[in-house]
Amino acid sequence: MANQQSNSANPNLNLEYRRKQNAEEMKHQVITFSMMIFFTLIAFAMVAMETISRWFIIPVILLLAVIQVIFQLYYFMHMKHKGHETIALFIYSGLTVGLITVLVFLTIVWL
Amino acid sequence: MSTYAKKQGFGATLWDFMTTVDHKKIAILYLISGGLFFILGGLEAMFIRIQLAVPDNNFMSAGTFNEMITMHGTTMIFLAAMPILLGIMNAVMPLQIGARDVAFPFLNSLGFWLFFFGGVVLNLSWFMGGAPDAGWTSYASLSIHSQGHGVDFYVLGLQISGFGTLIAGINFLVTIINMRTPGMTYMRMPMFTWTTFVVSALILFAFPPLTVGLTLMLFDRMFGANFFDAAAGGNTIIWEHLFWIFGHPEVYILILPAFGIFSEILATFSRKRLFGYSSMVFATVLIGFLGFMVWAHHMFTVGLGPIANAIFAVATMAIAVPTGIKIFNWIFTMWGGSVRFTVPMLYAVSFIPSFTMGGVTGIMLAAAPADYQYHDSYFVVAHFHYVIVGGVVLGILAGITYYWPKIFGTMLNETLGKFTFWFFLIGFHLTFFIQHFLGLWGMPRRVFTYLPGQGWETSNLVSTAGAIFMAVGVIILLINIIITSVKNVRVGNDPWEDGRTLEWSIPSPPPFYNFKQLPLARGLDAYWIEKMEGKKEMTPAEPLGDIHMPNGSIIPICITIGLFVASFGALYNMDADKTWTVPVIIIGLLITFGSMLIRSIKDDHGFHIHKEDLMDDKDKEVKA
Ligand code: HEM
Ligand SMILES: [Cu+2]
Repeated sequence: MANQQSNSANPNLNLEYRRKQNAEEMKHQVITFSMMIFFTLIAFAMVAMETISRWFIIPVILLLAVIQVIFQLYYFMHMKHKGHETIALFIYSGLTVGLITVLVFLTIVWL
Repeated sequence: MSTYAKKQGFGATLWDFMTTVDHKKIAILYLISGGLFFILGGLEAMFIRIQLAVPDNNFMSAGTFNEMITMHGTTMIFLAAMPILLGIMNAVMPLQIGARDVAFPFLNSLGFWLFFFGGVVLNLSWFMGGAPDAGWTSYASLSIHSQGHGVDFYVLGLQISGFGTLIAGINFLVTIINMRTPGMTYMRMPMFTWTTFVVSALILFAFPPLTVGLTLMLFDRMFGANFFDAAAGGNTIIWEHLFWIFGHPEVYILILPAFGIFSEILATFSRKRLFGYSSMVFATVLIGFLGFMVWAHHMFTVGLGPIANAIFAVATMAIAVPTGIKIFNWIFTMWGGSVRFTVPMLYAVSFIPSFTMGGVTGIMLAAAPADYQYHDSYFVVAHFHYVIVGGVVLGILAGITYYWPKIFGTMLNETLGKFTFWFFLIGFHLTFFIQHFLGLWGMPRRVFTYLPGQGWETSNLVSTAGAIFMAVGVIILLINIIITSVKNVRVGNDPWEDGRTLEWSIPSPPPFYNFKQLPLARGLDAYWIEKMEGKKEMTPAEPLGDIHMPNGSIIPICITIGLFVASFGALYNMDADKTWTVPVIIIGLLITFGSMLIRSIKDDHGFHIHKEDLMDDKDKEVKA
């Protein structure tokens, strides 16, 4: 969001600072991006190995998926920046409602 | 202003309303169509009560009775109560936060038309082979076996109007988050705006489960899927869960705006700040939150098991805590205030005990073991009518009376208003109080008649008599509206004289751009603060400048008519002898997506009202 930037129209204002900021951001994105690719490789490798029990593989893949979603939201869609509190609130409320539903269906409808 | 002079005549007015994107006009559309559906649902209620007035009655057949109760419940909840509340929100909320319109005016109009045509689809069922007859809850074990097309009308009608409601909810959320005037922090927002905010969030999270449920139902009925058919490996309980995951938040979608309206009215006519404002906000949010964790209290007798029942029973009872906080705050608001008993205030004062009685029976029902006795008896009917009529409908009547001058610029007659109030209140208690006992004496819910000699005759007759009282009250209200509109005596900014919030600082009805300059909110009850310092108007938060306004558009109606047409194709698609259905679906969807395409490729930048046109003599004097 715009909150990270200064209000000035002058592109040279705080140039040094902004450059450092962007370099930092870039570093984070490269790191998370490579980790995401690495996670994907792990997931494929586990399935390909055929020796590991599926009761281990499925939860681990789900866990890796959740971490990837978090990386995506926080590092690539800027949720870690200021000004995203309302968005986070609504994402987490929706998640809570959805998870309660899944939990109830798992416990008293399907199983 | 001459450049914006409007064409006169009925055709021009009609066109104006069909294309409007102004939140104040959309509010009027919501109120008129919600009002019409309210009368329709009221007529159905009267027919139900006539049928039940005496034992062994044959005023209508059992099949017609089932259609009547289904359409009564569905109409009242989806097409009357919710739209009227959305209308009041549309009219008031942007003014309360000092905004010039909602965030997405085009979507606002689309939301209205989707609701309206969804309602029309539903009600056309009466003329096209029979209305839905599986109850407003449309439990799958009943509805997938329902003959004819009634339930298909239910599914498609609610699907279309549900999209409209979802759009309205998202629109309000964005408006409240982004468009508050300078100084209007979250904790300075009027209570009605807060309830609108929480209700919109509830709509956002509660309507998708309904959409999913209706889609599964559509597939079961149209394409022979078996989601809910136990014989084919489906599970009929899934519909009940999906319906109530939506359904319980829905009852809070209805009651919270009424809470908001009463909070405004009680503060205004007690000439006091709302007692415990921050605890009211907290309670509203908490109710919204807990509202999602209690739905299975409608399913105690399904056999979910003792642990599930216990969890949902405790969660349900927990809601009584924030509700109780609110009740006490309202009482303390009046305490020590200089109370003025205007018509809205009468509604507010009588709402407190009426609604509390509904809450108490709610707690009784929430005790899972006891619910095995109450469930599906008239006790439940009494409970939900005490909360819905004693809470929501009183709130609507109060809100309409209170905001009438702001919306239409005239004052409803106080004497006639008091007649409406007394007829309605007495009629309401007469109709529903006795139904608690009918339930305890064993009268089951949703029966089309009963045998004599079970001790139910007198009580049912009393109940019907009460319904007539309520009808008289509504008729007096209609007369009042006609008289007021014909007399057309205009009123000023603050006709109740004790207005506290921003909407009372601008003319009634407000100009189409609402605020010439955005006002500066210096605290809760922003207008009251200025009045207490002897000022007549708000301090502006910006210099006078050009105002950007959106253009009207006919496209929302076009989008909706496409869905309307397509739904009839979908409805009759399962009949083997009807070959026209697929073309009709395609034509309908082409209209819809074509209109959407036009909307997205044709740029519409709106227009500006120029500073010079906004300046009145006073501004010019300052300049000179
Ligand atoms: C203290 C708060 C409340 C509690 C504890 C409560 C509890 C309950 C329970 C347990 C039932 C199910 C009864 C049964 O079917 O056996 C029920 C039904 C119902 N309640 Fe409430 N309730 C509360 C407030 C409300 C409010 C505020 C509304 C609406 C504005 C409402 C509307 C309804 C409706 C419409 C039904 C019947 C649904 C149907 O079966 O058609 N309730 N309530
Ligand atoms: Cu409920």
